[in-house]
Amino acid sequence: MQPVLFEKIVHNEELVPSIFKLVFKSEYIAQNAKPGQFVNIKCCEGINTILRRPISICDVDRDNNYVTIVYQKRGKGTEYLSRAREGDTLNVIGPLGRSFEMSDRYKNIAVVGGGIGIFPLLFLLKESKTMKKTAFIGFRNKENYVLIDEFERYANDLFISTDDGSFGYKGFITDLFENGIANEKFDIIYTCGPEAMMEKVVKASYQAGIPCQVSLEQRMGCGIGACLACVCRIKIISESEKENSNKSWHYKRVCKDGPVFWGHEWYEWGQA
Amino acid sequence: MTDSLLKVEIAGIKLKNPVIAASGTFGFGREYSEFIDLNKLGGISVKGLTLKPREGNKPPRIAETPAGILNSIGLQNPGVDAFIKDELPFLKQFDTAIIANIAGNTIEEYCELAEKLSDTDIDAFELNVSCPNVKEGCVAFGNTVEGISKITKQVKKYCKKPLIVKLTPNVTDIKEIAMAAEANGADAISLINTILGMAIDIHKRRPILANNFGGLSGPAVKPIAVRMTYEVASVVKIPVIGMGGITSGDDAIEFFLAGASAVMVGTWNFVNPYACIEIINQIKSYLTMYKYKSIYDIIGKIQLN
Repeated sequence: MQPVLFEKIVHNEELVPSIFKLVFKSEYIAQNAKPGQFVNIKCCEGINTILRRPISICDVDRDNNYVTIVYQKRGKGTEYLSRAREGDTLNVIGPLGRSFEMSDRYKNIAVVGGGIGIFPLLFLLKESKTMKKTAFIGFRNKENYVLIDEFERYANDLFISTDDGSFGYKGFITDLFENGIANEKFDIIYTCGPEAMMEKVVKASYQAGIPCQVSLEQRMGCGIGACLACVCRIKIISESEKENSNKSWHYKRVCKDGPVFWGHEWYEWGQA
Repeated sequence: MTDSLLKVEIAGIKLKNPVIAASGTFGFGREYSEFIDLNKLGGISVKGLTLKPREGNKPPRIAETPAGILNSIGLQNPGVDAFIKDELPFLKQFDTAIIANIAGNTIEEYCELAEKLSDTDIDAFELNVSCPNVKEGCVAFGNTVEGISKITKQVKKYCKKPLIVKLTPNVTDIKEIAMAAEANGADAISLINTILGMAIDIHKRRPILANNFGGLSGPAVKPIAVRMTYEVASVVKIPVIGMGGITSGDDAIEFFLAGASAVMVGTWNFVNPYACIEIINQIKSYLTMYKYKSIYDIIGKIQLN
């Protein structure tokens, strides 16, 4: 049985304006979490902001059972969460969702992240046992770049861009990635961030013949696959499914079938 | 839980307790079976079924509102045949009543659904003539006396199981709709479905939901649901199943006092997957605290001021 957990918050800190790092102690989540999965948090008890907020897992410390999430204070739910303090109780369900596919077959991996999409990729870099790891991470400006030290620690090569050039390369991270993919033979690409960014990443990956996984986002209801609110369009690929459908895509649940999907399954890619 | 305190009978269906998971919030039980023992539920009303598979509406399909949510799922479901083949056998492993919520574009579709499902192991039908999120059918049948009379009468002919008619609150006088359903063969009434609503993203200057409108549920609707449950229970003789914003045993008790013989719990399952189980226990505590012998001791027992 999957539990609804009431865990102790160890730490909740604003890293840069509106970006918070929250650490809580949870044996169940720390021992079971895989990169790409998320936790679903009731930010405020009672009938305010009633829906749980899905937040991807950024790190786990399995020795001490600490779980780290990094989130942006964006609406009422995360506003409540930002006020939580050490010792407060966190009402949380997780780990949930399909994780990134990690395999010994992938010797040379790359992650491409933008904005708050970078956090699950950090967990992936840390967990990956492969020898060669490259990270491409993009920020709006240097005021909101975070966890650079951690990315440096877990990636062999780190490329950083900011939209305004206030740190690293000026422009989109996809520019750096497109250069990178031309010079390096990656075995797999993992991407998370704005849709426009992920579309470019998927396109470049497939042009180079490299498999790619995307982590999608959608407004969620239950977070466990029952309510069918958070759907995304996924291509129908298997022949047996094609026979039963007159469409080229069907809706899949981001919370349960995803959030991680293969880039070539993602219908929105290449449609724009 | 074979507790006589909580046993209740709705249109001939014996429920071990009066708490049913509401249609559309509980899928076909699989996801929640990872959190709770489905054997403990009074019943499960399954996700609305249509004759053919339906993809549902475009996302975003959900928006949070004060003490509630708006949804516009649009009846995404695998179709009745897939339900019978893949989902019903799973549900029948559990000792709980299975209610088939059915929806269609035409009366003929509802009749065909009733015919197909009558020979299965379901325990009852819930006639969905109240979903606000689809273009054709559904609520169009449920918001007039003529519409509800005709569809109830027709579908009833094909039902070999009890027929619960689920009402929309988006009407002028819900009493006359309920009476029309009763007069045309409904074995029970369930209410309320969601209230049509809208939420706007002020930065994009567009509705949050891709469908523009959606159905409001959650604690925000509870007072309306309690009032309508009271109104309907006052004018029909058939049992009433109340729902709308129930988050606790206390909330459920309000519905029983207003005249409901059972309740359905929907939105709160999203917030707390244990919701139904906790509510069952809280109802039991209330009955024990006041030394009632049975849930029937409180059904419809409010005294108006």
